[in-house]
Amino acid sequence: MKYLIGLTMALGLFAGSAPLFAHHGSAAFDTGKQVVMKGTVTKWFWANPHCFLSFDAQDENGNVAHWVVETSNPPDMINRGWTKQSFKPGDQVTATVEPVKNGQPVGRLLQVVLPDGKTLYASKGGNPGPGN
Amino acid sequence: MPKRFVASMVAVAVVLIFSACTYAQEQEVARQPGAVYDFDKKGEKPGPAPKRDLSGVWEPAAGPGAGIHATGAGEMPSDGKAEHELPYTDEGRKTFMAHKPTFGITQVPSALTNDPMPGCDPQGFPRILLHNFRTSRIIQTPQNVVILYEFNKKWRTIWTDGRQLPKDPESPTWGAPDAPEARWWGYSVGKWTDDYTFVVDSNGFDDRTWLDNAGRPLSDRLHVTEVYHRVDDVHLDMTVTIDDPTMYTKPWVALKLRLRLQKPGLDIREMECAPSETQEYNKEFANPAAGIDGK
Repeated sequence: MKYLIGLTMALGLFAGSAPLFAHHGSAAFDTGKQVVMKGTVTKWFWANPHCFLSFDAQDENGNVAHWVVETSNPPDMINRGWTKQSFKPGDQVTATVEPVKNGQPVGRLLQVVLPDGKTLYASKGGNPGPGN
Repeated sequence: MPKRFVASMVAVAVVLIFSACTYAQEQEVARQPGAVYDFDKKGEKPGPAPKRDLSGVWEPAAGPGAGIHATGAGEMPSDGKAEHELPYTDEGRKTFMAHKPTFGITQVPSALTNDPMPGCDPQGFPRILLHNFRTSRIIQTPQNVVILYEFNKKWRTIWTDGRQLPKDPESPTWGAPDAPEARWWGYSVGKWTDDYTFVVDSNGFDDRTWLDNAGRPLSDRLHVTEVYHRVDDVHLDMTVTIDDPTMYTKPWVALKLRLRLQKPGLDIREMECAPSETQEYNKEFANPAAGIDGK
């Protein structure tokens, strides 16, 4: 198990040597800003050019926003331990997101805590970073 | 020595050996289902290079991300630094500025790009090398070298039967009965200059493609030179040089990448560009991210 975790992190380090959001850059994102939200998964889209996770999250006023947050493509995410089965509708998750600049509930998923408490990282070495 | 003691020691040894094999096997399977990459390890001593042999499955030696160059050609990224400024002609600079890539110093949000590739148009050659070089399989036959590329499941043929490249870049053809046509992937010929160095020349490109992911331009006068040097039994060094007198005033080196040989049974993952999936991504994510209401 330790070997698997170590290798996963090492692969993350290697894979993060260049931006892996290889089709779509950072122009739309509020680079450096991070928002942490609890939400209920509605969809997990596992496909090129990017996977994306949709979830409903309630803000401090009780309003529900429907968020759509992207990761890299399936082969890159497999290298980080994600799979097509990582989420199902109804899962309660805690997502760390880099939102877009225009205020829409859209962003880049940096990491997510699953219902079982496990954390999946979308970027290198467990350190969420824009564009990685 | 008592027989019972010897039997016990043999039993312990058998258990230990079995456990080690099982552990190794479990680690091998658990490491990455379906794709067990080999990367460079400290202190390893590779064996000698085989002669005239490029065949096998190859992965960037530094890891899967080492071949991904989102901000443009690896040796000359579009990052605004003076040393990475390309030697554009006036036409080259004008064409570059007309491109709206999603990476590099001229990047735009993905929904506003005019990059032909995200909509599943072919990225073509040499962009497959300069943008998303991933796991690749090289197959050698007596007449040619065929390379299968993971990214968007593409392949190309490099002819080694002595044929010459098309002479007329505006009407490229191998000759009758083939009609002239520019190709997304161009025309490629290759030869061994010594037992460990394979040089490939390519021309005849369709200029609808971009040279790299940062929108660098190419024209029908592009000539690409690849040099593959077999370093040892597990390493292959790849160098790519761009020569396009319409777009650039002189040749320039776009990529230097060391590749590592993988196990023959490595399953190259599927990466397809499906228009339906791209449309869904644009509708759910890219359009809202750019403030476009496409719903």
